[in-house]
Amino acid sequence: MSPIRTLRHGGALAWRNLVKFRHTPDQLLDITLMPITFVLMFVFLFGNAVSGDWHAYLQFVIPGIAVQALMFATLGSAISLNSDIRTGVYDRLRSLPIARSAPLIGHILGDTVKYALAIVLVFGIGAALGFRVHNGLSGVAAAALLMLVFALAVCWIATLIGVVARAAETVQALSLVLVFPLTFGSNVFVPTGKLPGWLQAWVKINPVTQVSDALRALLLGTPAGPAVTRTLLWSAAIVAVFAPLAVMAYRRASR
Amino acid sequence: MIEVSGLRKRYGDTVALDGFDLATPAGSVCGLLGPNGAGKTTAVRVLATLLRPDSGTARVGGFDVVRQADRVRELIGLTGQFAAVDDALTGAENLRLIARLLELPRMQARRRVAEVLDRFGLADAAGRPVRTYSGGMRRRLDVAASLLGRPQVLFLDEPTTGLDPRSRADVWELVRGLVADGTTVLLTTQYLEEADRLADSVCVVDHGRVVRTGTPSQLKAQIGGHTLSVRPADPARIPDVVAVLGDAAVTSDGLVSVALSGGSDAAAVLAEAAAELRRAEVAVDELGVRLASLDEVFLALTGQFTAKEVIA
Ligand SMILES: Nc1ncnc2c1ncn2[C@@H]1O[C@H](COP(=O)(O)OP(=O)(O)OP(=O)(O)O)[C@@H](O)[C@H]1O
Ligand SMILES: [Mg+2]
Repeated sequence: MSPIRTLRHGGALAWRNLVKFRHTPDQLLDITLMPITFVLMFVFLFGNAVSGDWHAYLQFVIPGIAVQALMFATLGSAISLNSDIRTGVYDRLRSLPIARSAPLIGHILGDTVKYALAIVLVFGIGAALGFRVHNGLSGVAAAALLMLVFALAVCWIATLIGVVARAAETVQALSLVLVFPLTFGSNVFVPTGKLPGWLQAWVKINPVTQVSDALRALLLGTPAGPAVTRTLLWSAAIVAVFAPLAVMAYRRASR
Repeated sequence: MIEVSGLRKRYGDTVALDGFDLATPAGSVCGLLGPNGAGKTTAVRVLATLLRPDSGTARVGGFDVVRQADRVRELIGLTGQFAAVDDALTGAENLRLIARLLELPRMQARRRVAEVLDRFGLADAAGRPVRTYSGGMRRRLDVAASLLGRPQVLFLDEPTTGLDPRSRADVWELVRGLVADGTTVLLTTQYLEEADRLADSVCVVDHGRVVRTGTPSQLKAQIGGHTLSVRPADPARIPDVVAVLGDAAVTSDGLVSVALSGGSDAAAVLAEAAAELRRAEVAVDELGVRLASLDEVFLALTGQFTAKEVIA
């Protein structure tokens, strides 16, 4: 199958995801309700306690919550992939003369739009509450690119879960088990220095901490340190481990 | 068009296919008939390139389903046993997706989608999400999707399960139309009537292999043979009738029937039965010999019923 045809098939399937999304926009609610709740809850409940002033806290927490929203959105796409494989839809697709990889490509392409929407929503709410960017357009562009890279890495974890899980409930459970330790065990909500000592070792290496720090640096103009490089390294590592596993599981599911 | 020989497939300890053979000429309808778990779906999945057999070969349109799967996929359409339409899309969108995946030119795709929707009586519901469809509408859409690309070979796994008699007849009509256009159809079914009405040849499947093949009437004549039935005027005389006919089955509405072994002469059996009943002085409302139904054939072949020896 030529790459052009593969892309065309993937594009058709991505179109399907977008049409679905248009019919049931409440999917967006699914992936943003949690982050929005978190924004409001953390900013107004704990903001003063953590930073002494909720305005300062808002600047700190919004980039991190964007990362969390991104993870929820990515893992949410595991559910739609899973339901395709569990139902006859996938059998129908495989009986058609299309590239083997087209359904995967379709899911990933189609869901990228969802990730983007989820992010825009989080920053929109942040802006409404007073979140301000201090690093110009190039900073925003770099941040957007970095989020995309990270999302495209995490989506391989989602793909693996979506392919191997036996039911949608399993997908949901696995996703939560994955997202909560990663986001709460990071400096998304609380600066590393204020977390309990035993947790700090993990928080410092946690990829979510790295992405959040990188985003803060790129958006707010604070010194980035090694965060951007580390995010890219983490993304590469995640892809290196999970992409082959996901593709292998996917091949096996299609036998 | 479809040639299968010696297919084997096992799932752990379960042998799903155990030397499955099949040959279906182009432009004909082959019906796979068999009890639950016989291996029908497994066979269809192998033929539709979804499942790799452990051994044996299967060719569709001359192409090997394992080594030339891509070529096979160019030829086939599949309606699986379980619904393969997307609930969140409208009926038209589901078909448009298939058209896009088949890379039909835009104008042609639009025309074809409209045509198929119309033919399946779904034009009015085309703009509604499939979530709101009835089971029968969903099934029709499923079948519609499988023939959108005008496949040369169509696999239908229980296409009419869950349809009302009217929709079932509609699907039969469509299948006949396709066959008239030269499509080869392999269908599995639980409905003997469906096989009887639609199939040029019927393959009875049991325990992962084809146990008998023939036209519906051949099967009925060979295996089922004839059934003799008697309805005494007075239901109280049923025991006497049974005494005369021997090992007979009695239905709740008072019909006593006996399956005759193959090759018996219907006229002779009838005359003999009539004479015996008169000797026993049983008044009779109804007396006759008919070919066994495909149901009886099916039950006889899959061991859930044994044809009884003829009386006298
Ligand atoms: N994925 C699977 N894993 C384990 N066993 C399976 C699997 N698929 C089928 N089987 C087994 O293989 C046998 C044949 O199944 P198959 O689905 O082909 O039967 P069928 O004739 O289509 O039955 P039905 O009329 O109920 O649809 C059954 O015993 C079934 O339990
Ligand atoms: Mg079946």
